[in-house]
Amino acid sequence: MPDYRNINVVVNGVKHELDVETRTSLGDFLRQEIKLTGTHLGCEHGVCGACTVLLDGEAVRSCLMLAVQANGHEITTVEGLAEEDGSLHPLQEAFWKHHGLQCGFCTPGMLTSLAAYLGDNPEPNERDLREAISGNICRCTGYQSIVDAALDAAKKMRGE
Amino acid sequence: MKPAAFIYHDPKTSKEVIELLSKYEDAKILAGGQSLMPMLNMRFVVPDHVIDINGVKELDSVFDNGSSLEIGAMTRQSNLSKSQDVKTKTPIFLEALGNVGHFQTRNRGTIGGSLCHLDPAAEIPCLMAAYDAVMIAEGPNGLREIPFSEWPLTYMIPSLEPDELLIKVRVPYWNSHHGYSFVEFARRHGDFAIIAVAVLIEMDGKTISRASISVGGADIRPIRLFEAEEVLKGENLDVRVFKSAAEIARKVDAMSDAYVTSSYRQRLAATLVERALVQAAERVSRGEN
Repeated sequence: MPDYRNINVVVNGVKHELDVETRTSLGDFLRQEIKLTGTHLGCEHGVCGACTVLLDGEAVRSCLMLAVQANGHEITTVEGLAEEDGSLHPLQEAFWKHHGLQCGFCTPGMLTSLAAYLGDNPEPNERDLREAISGNICRCTGYQSIVDAALDAAKKMRGE
Repeated sequence: MKPAAFIYHDPKTSKEVIELLSKYEDAKILAGGQSLMPMLNMRFVVPDHVIDINGVKELDSVFDNGSSLEIGAMTRQSNLSKSQDVKTKTPIFLEALGNVGHFQTRNRGTIGGSLCHLDPAAEIPCLMAAYDAVMIAEGPNGLREIPFSEWPLTYMIPSLEPDELLIKVRVPYWNSHHGYSFVEFARRHGDFAIIAVAVLIEMDGKTISRASISVGGADIRPIRLFEAEEVLKGENLDVRVFKSAAEIARKVDAMSDAYVTSSYRQRLAATLVERALVQAAERVSRGEN
């Protein structure tokens, strides 16, 4: 017998109120109910990091949370990183400039993870960044261009 | 839709949780979800009821009672690393927590969740073994204290009755000048350790008066190396003594799996015990803590 709950969540600044089946993961909820397909579901057991979103500003795996647990919270997905006028987040600019992606599957998780990380750690070195993205698997780039992009973005975000 | 259908409960107090546990036969507690959610997604567990304790605010606390740190079961791993009491009184926690998954999983993962899931290679149980921490569970008949040595019954099974809830852990402090080190080896940063080692030492002048060595990942539960701890007692901070303690680690009962043989785990345990002792000794000599 399906178990439903009514939830209220704010996703990228937009309020949503709807009924969800309680076993629905936050990741599936974002993609299938809210139709925001920027969040990518890779392994669906917390290893690959592609589904990372921000829950009240903190990076979390959306495959390891139930949508019902997001009730009353604010979610930011990769779609919420750019400004409303379409101007890109400094990380997005830097990923573009440094070719921080190839196939793009890991990119939403990389961007959301790094956005949260740089918020808390504005002056990371390369080693810090490699540790920060150790929970985000990329099979294309070899990480070098991602690290370059993140270092560049951190600089921009510091106003240098 | 990954998990099989279940009925979701979101109690607000530990009393309500215990009532639900007593009422329903096939119920699982959902804490941070960093272990249970993968198991639900893969349908390794198919419970009829999921009791989400994220709303039980009384379980989310870090409290210094003067002689011990009392950590509520729902304390997030990332919040514990931010605690000032942890920084000054149990600094080994910071070193260990840095190895627990990744910062994204530590934002959700909890202390109680890790202790109840009880993965043999998890860092938090290895630490609790080193500290002889006391697990405090609540059931219909009130509170029950369980020393960590009696907490793991067997592989991934804690000593909890079906209607009991782990509510907090009491971690007794070592003196303010103790030496410490947490080291581990994993194939990728943030993975479960192949071997993890926690070391605590206290000094009386130039000699070691008390030592604790805990090895995680070797056996189905963390192992305390009591024999090696005895070897250290009354000795100076001397690498030769550390080497003989490490030789005892080489004899631990160690598991074998598809990737790692038991003899590899034993060699790793010896290497890491020595490394951890050297680092703990350096810290205690520098008076870093």
